[in-house]
Amino acid sequence: MEKNKHYVLGVYDDEDVLLSAIEKVRDSGVKIQEVYSPFPVHGIDDALGYKKTRLPIAAFLFGLLGTSLALIMQVSMLGFDWPMIIGGKDFVALPPFVPVTFELTVLLAALGMVGTFMIVSDLKPYKKPRLMDIRITDDKHVMAIDLAGNTLAKEDIKKIVNATGANEVNDKDFED
Amino acid sequence: MANTTELTEERFSFTAGAKKNLVIIAIVGIVLTILGTFMAMSSGGHDTDEGHAITTFNENALVASIDDNAPAADEHHAEEGHHGSAPWLKRLFSNLWINNVYFTGLGIIGLFFVAIQYAAQAGWSAGMKRIPLAMAHWLPFAGILMLVSWFLVKSDVFHWTHGDLYHGDHKDDILIGKSAMWFWPLEMGSFPLFYVIRMVIFFALWYLFFLWIKKEMLAEDIDGNTSHWLKARKYSAIFLVIFAVTSSISAWDWVMSIDPHWFSTMFGWYMFASWWVNGLAVITLIVVLLKQKGYLKVVNANHLHDIGKFIFGFSIFWTYIWFSQFLLIYYANIPEETVYFIQRMETSQYKWVFFVNILLNFVLPFLLLMTRDAKRHMSMLKVVCPIVIGGHFFDFYLMVTPGVMQNDGGFGFMEIGMFMVFAVAFLFVTLTNLAKAPLYAKNHPMLQESLHHHI
Repeated sequence: MEKNKHYVLGVYDDEDVLLSAIEKVRDSGVKIQEVYSPFPVHGIDDALGYKKTRLPIAAFLFGLLGTSLALIMQVSMLGFDWPMIIGGKDFVALPPFVPVTFELTVLLAALGMVGTFMIVSDLKPYKKPRLMDIRITDDKHVMAIDLAGNTLAKEDIKKIVNATGANEVNDKDFED
Repeated sequence: MANTTELTEERFSFTAGAKKNLVIIAIVGIVLTILGTFMAMSSGGHDTDEGHAITTFNENALVASIDDNAPAADEHHAEEGHHGSAPWLKRLFSNLWINNVYFTGLGIIGLFFVAIQYAAQAGWSAGMKRIPLAMAHWLPFAGILMLVSWFLVKSDVFHWTHGDLYHGDHKDDILIGKSAMWFWPLEMGSFPLFYVIRMVIFFALWYLFFLWIKKEMLAEDIDGNTSHWLKARKYSAIFLVIFAVTSSISAWDWVMSIDPHWFSTMFGWYMFASWWVNGLAVITLIVVLLKQKGYLKVVNANHLHDIGKFIFGFSIFWTYIWFSQFLLIYYANIPEETVYFIQRMETSQYKWVFFVNILLNFVLPFLLLMTRDAKRHMSMLKVVCPIVIGGHFFDFYLMVTPGVMQNDGGFGFMEIGMFMVFAVAFLFVTLTNLAKAPLYAKNHPMLQESLHHHI
């Protein structure tokens, strides 16, 4: 198959250089798709200008779903399907429903959040990882710039990246 | 990136204007207390409408049903006022006791917060530890107030102090079973030596550890020696073990024994949870107000986020403890236990407090502090902290008043006024002592870590 995804990779070995490089590259109008690093770099999400994640909203909604499902389940089971007298309480008594409701809220919020995260980050079983450079698992930071997302020519982008103090500037192509 | 920020010493000045405002609040509080007392005096004594009568009947029936072989015990409940003061005076005493316990909690939680930070070797809080330390200066005042007012209020607030419950016609088997907890080694029904000694020892121990930890914290400012931090950590670790035991026992002694026939094995945790989240809210509120006055530049949104998470998390913890206690009693449905909640949930005087308690201490903090931004912005913390602080007043009100006043309790100017008086006294002690030392420890070994704290 033809390789139709083209990237320019800036390779850095110092995170301070990387942080200033990110700012310079973004200031010159180049869009960075992703930066890969072997360890968490403080302030990198601010430098990349990432928008605040909306994952908590998804978590809240999944939690709400869990609360509703738990209450519907318990009320329908104990109130309508098979009413039983337990400890002399009403068929539909709220206090004993609370622990189950709480647990299902937490369960669905957690699972829903993991699921949402996997979908938005395109993580799935048997997915072949798109490894930009094997050294990001060891000692190098790699800044990946998707040519399709930029209007500048490849050579211009390489020049900009090179000027920011990158140790290497490489090409990388993938088939999609 | 080894840039160390240059720090200058910062001191809080407790201005005459602030003092004047506090005095005005205290005067308003005193006026409200007096007004509330007169209102209670003029309305007291005719609380026998239908609702009350039914509840009173229920309670006695419940107590009687478990206590068939001790008929004298429930007569005691029935004969209300048999040896009590007038309702307005009882209400005044009940309030005095609520505020004693509530503000003692703020003092001891100040020390507990500091001790937790040392024992956990926490760096993030290095810039704000002086505020809880200042709060702990309330401890000696709280101890004296509590001891003095205990002797003042004991016969009205603590039913078990009456000597005639242990012999003769009014013999109460349940209390006789528990008497060693109060009267040992003296004869039961006499002077509660064990109880009073416990109170004195607890305050003495707390104050002693406070002095040791404070000494190390302030000595560090002068010579910057790391040994002070290590010593403070050692004292903190020992204090935490002592506090684990004393906080629980003080909850039984000072609050649970107001309803002497009733018990809950969750109670120690329950009162600690209430104290702790309330203390966190007060620490946060003071930090936020100081920041808005231009102090405490070392504290930024990241630190507020952390302490906001503390309030959020421990509001839920309080609810968890509260609910665990409630659910077990609700499900087991043992009369001697459920009577406690019937008194609080099914009477017109306390029903609203019961639900307001849950609204203020769980629903509102939970929803308002859920997002990340809410914990980082002072405007939201300034809304949530007063909610929690007020909410836990209701919590203590619900722990104390129904046990003291039975069905004669009320909520009005007296409660609000006396709380204001105590709050001013507490703030006066806290702020005076905050002004005596620098606002943050410039030689704290983890101050740089705190300045670079980023979440």
